[in-house]
Amino acid sequence: MSLAKRLAYFVGLPILLLVLWWALTIGNTNFFVPKPLQLFEIFGDVWFGDRLVTDVLPSIGRLLAGVAISIVLGIVLGIVIGSVRLLRQLTEPSLEFLRAIPPPVLIPVLALIIGINDQMKVAVIIFGCIWPVLLNTIEGVRAVDPVLNDTCSVYGISGGARMRYLVLRSASPQIMTGIRQSLSIGLILMVISEMFGSSSGLGYAIVQFQRTFSVPEMWTGIILLGLLGVALSLVFQFTEKRVLRWYHGLREVDR
Amino acid sequence: MSNTTTKTNRGPKTGVIEVPEDVALSVQHLKKVYQTDGGEIEAVRDLHFDIRAGEFVCLVGPSGAGKTTLLKCIAGLLAPTSGLVALDGRLVTGPPKGLAVVFQEYGRSLFPWMNIRDNVELPLKNQGVAKDERDRLVDDALEAVGLAHVPKSYPWQLSGGMQQRVAIARAIAYQPKVLLMDEPFAAVDAQTRADLEDLVRRVWKRLGITVLFVTHDIDESVYLGERVVVLSSSPTVVQEDLTIDLPADRDQLETRSMARFTELRGHVYEQIQRAKAEAPNRTSSTPTV
Ligand SMILES: Nc1ncnc2c1ncn2[C@@H]1O[C@H](COP(=O)(O)OP(=O)(O)O)[C@@H](O)[C@H]1O
Ligand SMILES: [Mg+2]
Repeated sequence: MSLAKRLAYFVGLPILLLVLWWALTIGNTNFFVPKPLQLFEIFGDVWFGDRLVTDVLPSIGRLLAGVAISIVLGIVLGIVIGSVRLLRQLTEPSLEFLRAIPPPVLIPVLALIIGINDQMKVAVIIFGCIWPVLLNTIEGVRAVDPVLNDTCSVYGISGGARMRYLVLRSASPQIMTGIRQSLSIGLILMVISEMFGSSSGLGYAIVQFQRTFSVPEMWTGIILLGLLGVALSLVFQFTEKRVLRWYHGLREVDR
Repeated sequence: MSNTTTKTNRGPKTGVIEVPEDVALSVQHLKKVYQTDGGEIEAVRDLHFDIRAGEFVCLVGPSGAGKTTLLKCIAGLLAPTSGLVALDGRLVTGPPKGLAVVFQEYGRSLFPWMNIRDNVELPLKNQGVAKDERDRLVDDALEAVGLAHVPKSYPWQLSGGMQQRVAIARAIAYQPKVLLMDEPFAAVDAQTRADLEDLVRRVWKRLGITVLFVTHDIDESVYLGERVVVLSSSPTVVQEDLTIDLPADRDQLETRSMARFTELRGHVYEQIQRAKAEAPNRTSSTPTV
């Protein structure tokens, strides 16, 4: 597909929905119903003024830090656990337990232990984001093809080289699946971690707008979160296409 | 991680095995029993043979006879249940240096995330071979298997036969002292197969390496080998160890039409039929043909 065509597909439906939204809200005087043009007008004022530095960037920073730490930690631990059968068996029940805990319930606990600060918020994000990466990496490492494994052994490819050329690459489809799940969980936890007792961030700002009946401003916050999600997803897809080019090609041939 | 790479050593502790001077590979009373959830499976009962340095030996046997199992024991990928394998007089407890294997599941032995060239180059790179030298070896190997034109393709873009040629190229580029091949030509068409057979003979001669070539094709074993070892069906022992006294220069048409070729082929065929029919005889007979 040409770039223009892809772009048209990408923005086609959103534009249509915007137009629909605009048409349906013409003449509506209900204060709680947002109007697209109005939101568009105030969007810049609300988010690209002081709030960019006090709320938007800190939120994004915490999100990226949390997700990045989760990815690195998840992959490293996943490779270790996935490579050692005993470790796998020992950790499996505990991992299932930890994973089942909804991360938001940790906010009061962590607030007590760490305090209400950046570290606490990043910790909450990590606690939610690490599981998909970790568990998927373990699965991926376990599923390394025994013939490729033998091939590496025969040609003396061991240790770090084996990790780099065999294990990481072979597990990369699963790892990418885990990362994709982590990104959406991260965005949710970023907002939630800022809603309680916090004094800055996107989540804080949105709650603040709601309490002060700044309804249009609140809606712009929600839209900003949606846009952030889209941006993350685009970056992810771009990366995934490059990292897993071989995998998509292989699957296409198999079909 | 996989259970195929155990390094248990049940042989003598010293690691030095007494073998005659010119023996490269010694398989001594090798027995391999797989422990599975469904019970024990005896893949190989008692295999005993030597291969001299520089020899080209073909191993034939019915499917399920334990040929792949034997090869994996030789390559140090599987620990024998009893008996031992020695390479250059040293006990094999893990994959030895200077040994290359072309696996039966060739498609799965190539890295799907690397292109052809990178696949062939990886073992050399890993060994720290200098770039110039590496490039030369890889180019030569790809040229030799007739794949010089597709270095940038990925394995999954190639046909089964081409994938197998990549696996062969990788083994050749590695310049092993011992080359093990597990039914390498099972999936390639007749013409390519003939070409590859001649290629393997050429490489064997040029590099002076020791080759153990597993096949279920009787013609192929006689055409390629200096010696053919026939395995019985399970429980597996050496049914027959036959010297192939054909001229060293082999030619697809000429050699195959020799009376001696037909005679040897007939003999191997008979042995295999016997191996299938009867319970294996425990002593490896040295027959007069
Ligand atoms: N990993 C394994 N676990 C259990 N049984 C196996 C395994 N690999 C091979 N076998 C069994 O061992 C026997 C010999 O197999 P194999 O060495 O592959 O024979 P061949 O290569 O001559 O066809 C077969 O009965 C097979 O089912
Ligand atoms: Mg086999």
